[in-house]
Amino acid sequence: MEFELSEEHNLIRETARRIAEAELLPRAAQTDKEGLFPREQMKLLAENGFLTMLVPEEFGGTNAGSVGYSLALTEIARACGSTAVTMAVTNMVADAINAFGNDEQKQKWIPKIANGEMSCAAFSLSEPGSGSDAASLKATAVRDGDDYIINGEKCWVTSGDQAGLILVMAKTDTSQRSSGISTFLVEPSTPGFSVGRHEEKMGLRGSSTVSLSFQDARVPATNRLGPEGIGFKIAMRALDGGRIGIASQALGIHQSCLENSRKYSLDRKQFSKPLANFQAIQFKIADMATAYDASRMLILKAATRKDAGLPFTQDASMAKLFATEAANQAALEAIQIHGGYGYTDEFPVERHLRDVRVTTIYEGTSEIQRLVIAREALGHGK
Amino acid sequence: MDFQFDDVQQQIDQMTRDFATKEVRPLAAELDEHKRYPADLVARMAELGLLGMMVPEEWGGSGLDTVSYAIAMENISWGCASTGVIMSVNNSLYCDPVVKNATDAQKEKWLRPYAVGEKLGCFGLTEPTSGSDAQNMSCRAEKKEGGGWILRGSKNWITNGPQADAIVLFATTQPGGGSKSSTAFIIPNDTKGYIREANDSKLGIRASHSCTISLDECELSDEHMLGTVGQGFKIAMATLDGGRIGIAAQALGIARAAYEAALEYSQERKSFGVVISKHQAIQFKLADMATQIEAARLLVYRAAYLKDKGVRNSRESAMAKVYASEVANRVATQAIQIFGGYGYSTEYPVERHFRDAKITEIYEGTSEIQRIVIAANVLKGGVFGALGL
Repeated sequence: MEFELSEEHNLIRETARRIAEAELLPRAAQTDKEGLFPREQMKLLAENGFLTMLVPEEFGGTNAGSVGYSLALTEIARACGSTAVTMAVTNMVADAINAFGNDEQKQKWIPKIANGEMSCAAFSLSEPGSGSDAASLKATAVRDGDDYIINGEKCWVTSGDQAGLILVMAKTDTSQRSSGISTFLVEPSTPGFSVGRHEEKMGLRGSSTVSLSFQDARVPATNRLGPEGIGFKIAMRALDGGRIGIASQALGIHQSCLENSRKYSLDRKQFSKPLANFQAIQFKIADMATAYDASRMLILKAATRKDAGLPFTQDASMAKLFATEAANQAALEAIQIHGGYGYTDEFPVERHLRDVRVTTIYEGTSEIQRLVIAREALGHGK
Repeated sequence: MDFQFDDVQQQIDQMTRDFATKEVRPLAAELDEHKRYPADLVARMAELGLLGMMVPEEWGGSGLDTVSYAIAMENISWGCASTGVIMSVNNSLYCDPVVKNATDAQKEKWLRPYAVGEKLGCFGLTEPTSGSDAQNMSCRAEKKEGGGWILRGSKNWITNGPQADAIVLFATTQPGGGSKSSTAFIIPNDTKGYIREANDSKLGIRASHSCTISLDECELSDEHMLGTVGQGFKIAMATLDGGRIGIAAQALGIARAAYEAALEYSQERKSFGVVISKHQAIQFKLADMATQIEAARLLVYRAAYLKDKGVRNSRESAMAKVYASEVANRVATQAIQIFGGYGYSTEYPVERHFRDAKITEIYEGTSEIQRIVIAANVLKGGVFGALGL
């Protein structure tokens, strides 16, 4: 048992924190209020190698490993949840290309993600009628010579209108459920591809969420990631890793809630003493801090196992379930500690509550995480 | 970061799992039912080196680290929580303060036999009217003219009290309270005026016995003083920091036992034509139990790791204790729910786990005290603990 970070990991974390505090935090409130896509912020992240953290150096990645990635993402999310999710999805896509792509695909796409040329990447699995039950998706990809013709409707695509590349899951064999799904690398310039509705969201308002439409969209067969039929596997692997990312995002927001609550409770006086002197407030702080530490440990364990090449599905689900639920609770309590001020946009905790709410929903709801955990526990996951 | 046991920790895990499975667990229900003190198991724990785990080998202990201790505590408590607490009191509450504060002459007498498990120790801090507020004791130690002490007062809820050969006991040496008002003493049970009252009747951990200790003009020579005059509260608090890790690990063992019982039962029992583990209602309970146990375990190991590094760990130990003990209670409650009516009967072990779990939120610092400790650390020192995470 060893609970200390390596020097390299500490360095990654410090770098992320420096950028987050200097560049992201000052713009976070405005990004949220005006629903501005964090383009400048993403550029900075690219410059510092934060968009391809799970990819080896030979393909343009920074090879920070899952632990380094989690530490960085937590720092980014602590400052700006919108930038964090955009960063998380981009890393997830780069990771999937690295894991399943051929050398040509890796060399073609990953450097463009890494250097910020395409600002961000997107991942498109959900459909209007297919959320947690991902294998039921309806989009189709039909082979036509050297191309595939994609048809269908996708929704909840993070950065779908901003991304230079979208990883799209579609059925190449509609008679099958999960084993009929394949994955395609789609560029937004593809004829027949169009961006539909922009979602107005409660939180993460700087992150763009759109629906996508594919009408006879022609994609070269060379853009298929991996063989036909493994799309579901690609998606699930991406989501397993993605869960560590979203858990880390929630952790960063949790941390800011705790830090802001600590500061406010030391500053604010009632009944002629600081709020921090009341046990009612102390107990909230204690519970927020304990859950924060437990989330961190669960996330680092899942990430450490992933980096070591060990099975980590259940660990990642536990980390996501625990960290996102705990962060939601922390945001609620942070507002309670701030009282009426917490309900206004004068303090960041109001934004945090809105931002963190989605973390128990996307990339596998809490309910799906519980199913995964139970399945593994009952011995059906092997 | 490395979430793997080292070789020694692995060996301790295997050895204590085997022992708990083969020897401890089969007796647990009967020990509980008859409130029978497990003298044979205590003797076996002595043979296995589990009673002085962290005592240096030169003093008869096993010289192991705190992570190993936590591993062993979890496994033994998984088998029987009463046996777990008997072990923890001798290790954390008796041997630990003696190792850290006794002179070599004292250690020869009052550490070695206890570390090897020939004798058993206990710890006396709590009084009828002084629990969490431990600075406010009424037990008095008065210095005698020409040397020595006279002690008067009483201590209660003394786990291992009925069996123990000696106690590390705290008494006020300077009336008026405060952090320097008390002093620690080692008192053998054959001391005149050292009186063990009747055993307490408890909700759970019924095979572990506790009692009130009365001190009736109890005379002690100076060699019985542990540490220096006025150092008692400090010794008590440092002891409890370590003790919390032991109790957190005990809670973890209880939680794991309850969870495993529920997991097994859910795959046997049928309702609506399927085994109940097929129902999401049951799956979700199991998933929450497993997740919370994992989180608790990581907090426990982290606190133990910090203690081994010699880093201050009040914050982390308090987190481990409050979280693990509350998880044990939640998990035991849900385990009974999964068993339904059977869970409420003594036919299955989960009702015992439920009763055993409750004490872990109370002794060696209540959940409320742990939260005060955590909040004080966060408010004074910032949100991060010793590891900067």
